[in-house]
Amino acid sequence: MPAVEVEHLHVRFGERHAVDDLSFSIERGEVVALLGPNGAGKTTTVETLEGYRLPDEGAVRVLGLDPSRQRRALAAKIGVVLQRGGVYPVMSPERVLSLFASYYDGPRQPADLLALLGLESVARTAFKRLSGGEQQRLLLALALVGRPQVLFLDEPTAGVDPRGRIAVREVIASCRDEGAAVLVTSHELDEIERMADRVVIIDRGRVLASGSPTAVGGGGNEVRFFVEGLLDRQRLGAALSAEVVVERPSWYRIAAESSPALVARLTAWLAENDLVLGEVRVGHERLEDVFLRLVEEREGGS
Amino acid sequence: MTLERGETLLVTIGIPAFLLVFFSVVNVLPTGRRHPVDFLAPGVLGLAVMSTAMVSLGVATGFERSYGVLKRLGTTPLGRPRLLVAKVAGVLAVEVIQVVVLSAIAFGLGWRPHLVASLAICGELLATAAFAGVGLAMAGALRAEVNLAIVNALYIVFLLIGGIVFPLQRLGGFAAFARLLPAAALSGVLHPTLGSGTAPGVEAWVVLAAWAVAAPLVAALLFSWE
Repeated sequence: MPAVEVEHLHVRFGERHAVDDLSFSIERGEVVALLGPNGAGKTTTVETLEGYRLPDEGAVRVLGLDPSRQRRALAAKIGVVLQRGGVYPVMSPERVLSLFASYYDGPRQPADLLALLGLESVARTAFKRLSGGEQQRLLLALALVGRPQVLFLDEPTAGVDPRGRIAVREVIASCRDEGAAVLVTSHELDEIERMADRVVIIDRGRVLASGSPTAVGGGGNEVRFFVEGLLDRQRLGAALSAEVVVERPSWYRIAAESSPALVARLTAWLAENDLVLGEVRVGHERLEDVFLRLVEEREGGS
Repeated sequence: MTLERGETLLVTIGIPAFLLVFFSVVNVLPTGRRHPVDFLAPGVLGLAVMSTAMVSLGVATGFERSYGVLKRLGTTPLGRPRLLVAKVAGVLAVEVIQVVVLSAIAFGLGWRPHLVASLAICGELLATAAFAGVGLAMAGALRAEVNLAIVNALYIVFLLIGGIVFPLQRLGGFAAFARLLPAAALSGVLHPTLGSGTAPGVEAWVVLAAWAVAAPLVAALLFSWE
């Protein structure tokens, strides 16, 4: 049985269909990222799984339980980072962690969590005086107090600096390695690419694509490159004996299996034509590109 | 935790104690030939309940709601029922401290009451339910800052027309209206039971009990957790 199951979920706010027939699941020991532009239905989905909202249609189950009806039973087994706050502004990290520890049986110790997330130096500083990244790391620490089997993290890296991000990523990876199921939402796609086993891209409450970050990126092995200025795609295509496709302004893709020879011919041709190669990338499409392409396609198509 | 906030201490103990001392020493109140403290002490003990159950609880809950604390606690094993129990226990604990401190001050000022303690305690408990209901109804429905302003305004109004520092008989046309409010009803219960040692009138009991039932019900209906 998957740790998290979402089956044909519909959530409506009045006329607006915030989540529209969404289905996915998360196994234990798996990190799944829910991606989408603002208003795509990410937070609504997460809040339904946390028991804050009721599905209008369909069903959600967490560890086999109904999150809103069996909230008490579930609360001890899940860890949550809400999109917004949830801490008394005058309380210090040490104090909030001790307070939360008193809610759980066999909690993780405040001192360990402060060390894990690099918050020792601000352990006694009021929450409102912490930097955005420190606040965010404390919220993650709070999610871990009860040794959760399932983690719901709504934008856990928002405002976190690069070093903090590494800490957050390592913490999420270690939870996964200990068998937790993790659902994370984020706008920061590079971040997701590094930590998620699987991504589910949604927009307007519907799934646009899902799979591993590389699979969603087409899994292909093609050459993409950036050239500013006028590029004669017909002539380049003829020289490479492959079609050259425009992906985005100034970004091109060669529709052929990549090979060292192909890259060599590309650079040679650009040199002959006095064109500057800005960037070249071999392999699957970056998640950010997939995301922009899918959302643009969808917006263009409807 | 409640007592760590300076402003809570001020409103729950500081203001009632100050009113008690000020009006006992400065003889400006129309209390007749009785010693002012005999009139003030019961009223201030009523005010104390109002400041804890309505102002302190309501304002704190309003801010907890706006900070998302209430929402976040919803996904911990603490849960909402235990949170509510904790809040009630906190309010009662503060009230016990208030009664001890304020009574001690009143005795020091020469208060020598004839007590009907059991009825007075009943009155304080009903008033706690009534004021907590009023405070939570506003905390659960209004923005935290608006709630703060309205609760404080209400506190002043109740203070003035609740039979706490001015006897109800001196309020003229306000009196009839004031008698329907929980503050005056509480004073109506406390003045006899903490002063002359007589039983209070039925009207005060009925008004107080009605608020004690209705206000928490309204709070439960209006309350939204986020």
